[in-house]
Amino acid sequence: MEFFEQLLNGLNRGSIYALIALGYTMVYGIAKMLNFAHGDVIMVGAYTLSVSASLLGISPYLGVLLSIVFCAVLGVVLEKIAYKPLRNSSPLAVLITAIGVSYFLQSLALLLFGSQQQKVASVINIPSIYLGSIELTGESIATLGVTIVIMVSLTLFIKKTKTGRAMLALSEDRGAAQLMGINVNRTISITFAIGSGLAAVAGVLFVSSYGFVGPYTGSLPGIKAFVAAVLGGIGSIPGAMLGGVLLGVIESFSQAYISTQLSDAIVFGVLILVLLVRPAGLLGRKKIEKV
Amino acid sequence: MLKVENLSVSYGVIGAVKGVSFEVGQGEIVALIGANGAGKTTILQTITGLIQPRGGSIRFDGADLLKTPAHKIVSLGMAHVPEGRRIFQELTVLENLRLGAFTRKDKKEIADSLEMVYSRFPRLRERRTQIAGTLSGGEQQMLAMGRALMSRPKIILMDEPSMGLSPLLVSEVFDIIREINAAGTTVLVVEQNARKVLSIADRAYVLETGKIVLEGNAKDLLNDDSVKKAYLGE
Repeated sequence: MEFFEQLLNGLNRGSIYALIALGYTMVYGIAKMLNFAHGDVIMVGAYTLSVSASLLGISPYLGVLLSIVFCAVLGVVLEKIAYKPLRNSSPLAVLITAIGVSYFLQSLALLLFGSQQQKVASVINIPSIYLGSIELTGESIATLGVTIVIMVSLTLFIKKTKTGRAMLALSEDRGAAQLMGINVNRTISITFAIGSGLAAVAGVLFVSSYGFVGPYTGSLPGIKAFVAAVLGGIGSIPGAMLGGVLLGVIESFSQAYISTQLSDAIVFGVLILVLLVRPAGLLGRKKIEKV
Repeated sequence: MLKVENLSVSYGVIGAVKGVSFEVGQGEIVALIGANGAGKTTILQTITGLIQPRGGSIRFDGADLLKTPAHKIVSLGMAHVPEGRRIFQELTVLENLRLGAFTRKDKKEIADSLEMVYSRFPRLRERRTQIAGTLSGGEQQMLAMGRALMSRPKIILMDEPSMGLSPLLVSEVFDIIREINAAGTTVLVVEQNARKVLSIADRAYVLETGKIVLEGNAKDLLNDDSVKKAYLGE
């Protein structure tokens, strides 16, 4: 019984990692950069929800929508201001800028809301379901359900729409994509909007389960999601999904059966092991660089 | 139709193209020939907006290409088959061809173009669901040409279409270029295989380290002593 509880717990956590990892992996694949500020968008999403409920008195569901839209716009604006001017610079300059953006968002939250964590009411009011003696909380149901819906729609979007195919083409060869008439700036903006919107969803689900938001709420899930993206094969969308879920489950099992203190070490250890055997990650394809 | 004037391009401090002027008229096959590093690829990439020049002008059907963003050039009626083909290796043959028609809206017309490409390249029809990266070199060249044709271009720019192909395939590729031209598409082709390209071109320009050193009718150039010596190995 405990096994299933831990599995559910892990799937729940893994779903959130997967949603964040999708943003990491899409931005990496298409804009060829590691957006280390991505985790902090979760925090912005959670604060947006909290502010819209407590100060503006907006209903929770509208609050979620507002939070998604706000983060999507924020993602696009950050890309335009901070990353786009560096598009032809060295990857290191872009990486450092992303870390700068991360600190900027955290400090801004610190200034606006203080260092004290705020309580956020869960937006999910689905009753728990009992499967025998296992309790499936409303939050779990919502997290798993929302994640599955998002993964399916995102996969369909990439495979079936013109914009999705433009993203695939762009992630493989930017120059050739331009020759096809694909607007690179527009496609990168859309990618940031989708990635940041997904981060907002992850933020809402995250605070609904944990109940609090602070300026640093996004950092640890952000790092874990990055690990998940690398584990699954960075740049690969199914890889991010698999990596996120796997990471959540491994983390949950190591906390339950091995040691709570060691769980992070185990998670990162698994990453090192996987990369030793498959350097491109679980579902990452090895790129043959032709010169 | 296409007029390049006094074009200069540099990579850092090194000038790759130094004041090149040439033009391509409606319905022609024009060849740019020259050795490795003469600046042929750079010129084509500058025309389709992948590289920004240092100076000069490029006009196509009255439009100033240097003021046109790269992604808008294809809808003006210009397609580019780039060096090394640059097909989308991880996508299927059909997905590659559909991307060629990315800027077009009319589904019926796109289906017609697809049919036209399939009839010109029957191998692509056979392999339409195959991942493009698994095609042979010759098939990839066919796919790159088919993908360019999917935009229904007025002019097609081809960069080293013979690269890495067996002599038999090279002849086939050049036959296809002639057919494409006969069907009404203007062609600007860049080649190291001077003999082959001069045999199908109307006119040609000879490039040496970023400058045009010779120009004329393709037939005259085939018989030109300096061309024979430098490019035809006679």
